[in-house]
Amino acid sequence: MKAVLTVVGKDAVGILAKVSTECAKYNVNILDVSQSILQDMFCMIMIGDVDKLNVPFGEFSDAMAKMGDEINMSIHVMHEDLFNSMHRI
Amino acid sequence: MLETRDILETISMIQDENLDIRTVTMGISLLDCIDSNIDVACQNIYNKITNKAKNLVSVCQGIEKELGIPIINKRISVTPIAMIAAATHSKDVVKFALTLEKAARAVGVNFIGGYSALVQKGFAAGDKELIESIPEALSVTDHVCSSVNIGSTKTGINMDAVAMMGKVVRRAAELTADRQCIGAAKLVVFCNAPEDNPFMAGAFHGPGEPDCVINVGVSGPGVVRAALARPEAQSLDLSGVADLIKRTAFKITRMGQLVAMRASERLGVQFGIVDLSLAPTPAVGDSVAHILEEIGLESVGACGTTACLAMLNDAVKKGGVMATSHVGGLSGAFIPVTEDAGMIDAARSGALTIEKLEAMTAVCSVGLDMINIPGDTPSEVISALIADEAAIGMVNSKTTAVRVIPAIGLEVGEELDFGGLLGSGPVMPISGYSPLKFINRGGRIPAPLQSLKN
Repeated sequence: MKAVLTVVGKDAVGILAKVSTECAKYNVNILDVSQSILQDMFCMIMIGDVDKLNVPFGEFSDAMAKMGDEINMSIHVMHEDLFNSMHRI
Repeated sequence: MLETRDILETISMIQDENLDIRTVTMGISLLDCIDSNIDVACQNIYNKITNKAKNLVSVCQGIEKELGIPIINKRISVTPIAMIAAATHSKDVVKFALTLEKAARAVGVNFIGGYSALVQKGFAAGDKELIESIPEALSVTDHVCSSVNIGSTKTGINMDAVAMMGKVVRRAAELTADRQCIGAAKLVVFCNAPEDNPFMAGAFHGPGEPDCVINVGVSGPGVVRAALARPEAQSLDLSGVADLIKRTAFKITRMGQLVAMRASERLGVQFGIVDLSLAPTPAVGDSVAHILEEIGLESVGACGTTACLAMLNDAVKKGGVMATSHVGGLSGAFIPVTEDAGMIDAARSGALTIEKLEAMTAVCSVGLDMINIPGDTPSEVISALIADEAAIGMVNSKTTAVRVIPAIGLEVGEELDFGGLLGSGPVMPISGYSPLKFINRGGRIPAPLQSLKN
């Protein structure tokens, strides 16, 4: 089962490091990362394998959102099924 | 592989364009709760609802978290209570409403619908008692919603019931005059009522439905409007506009299907239908009126409104049908006045009138919905308005409904504010000419011919 993490906010040093450290804490294996800077906005999409997650999915999602608030970034974690069902027939 | 563009599109739909699941509604049959003793029947009902729906709210919250998509309301619909009340021969049917309220509070749902009667051809035992008790039932409860089906294409219109409902709607408003007349906002009068509708206030669990079922209603007017507002959509002709709406409706509905399947699997309850609806909220950017304006009207209510709405309604259905395995409910674009920021503005400025709304209901998914009318409107005028609306539904083989709120003590231009999803809006003028003799005749309007169409 894969989760999609989106991280959006003002660019700063160490965002990728902080987000991936937090993911590691919850045993999430990062499979893919794509990031871009639009003007000075940082926009990153990560695909993570959450099969071996060590807490319930909702708790992980809350923890990431809370961490996002601490570093002034907006972080959302969503199940990949949502995107697959909306954009694939 | 997931594409970045798709991911960003979904996220902006949810965060910026108010995309959400409006409701996950659990339909519960109460037929096995019938007892000739009203207290036993009420206890059976309470036990069944609290047993079947005990995990409804927590399961939906889990799905919200996992998919990152808000589920605004969790609701319950039950078998029309008139069918259960019939066996008790009791005059005190409000007990059933209090039981539904208690059960709704116990399981934490936002609304419970089904304080209803189906009287399209006539009154059976229990029907009249239930209808007469509706005003009181709605004034002593917060979560209970009521509906009455007074006509259908196959049966014609029960004008005795129509005459009753004019009085009931007025009384429901009078009894809650100290609370913005909210009673009338929880009461819908239907023609051709669907039996699997997840939307309030008209949800009930039809007698042909399974014991327990999950129905999902989607939302998403903001997403459609945003798609039409993009620069590349500005030069589209109407075929292009209809295609764009179809594509957007497809995506919205897929999300509804996913949530419905998850909820049904986790609750161990059969999946019923997805209601393909554009359901507005008073929030800015979540308005069906604004979609019509984005298509090219200066204001909703202008000439052209009915044509734009017809195209929108049809395109939403065409896009949604392929996205889900079972379609049902009201499916289409809703046009509730007080629940839609664009409609409220148009009603305030006078661009939108009840007469235009009535025309729009011939092509939209429901009917005259959430319209505030002057407090001194006589009950026979409300009955005649219901008859007009039911006639449109009956002749066109579609669901129509009336949910008007007589604003007791208020006049045209003054406002009622219900708060939350029900919104707020001005009192709109209504024809003052009397239909009294017509309503007093009673009887039935015969079912219409289904051939020789013109």
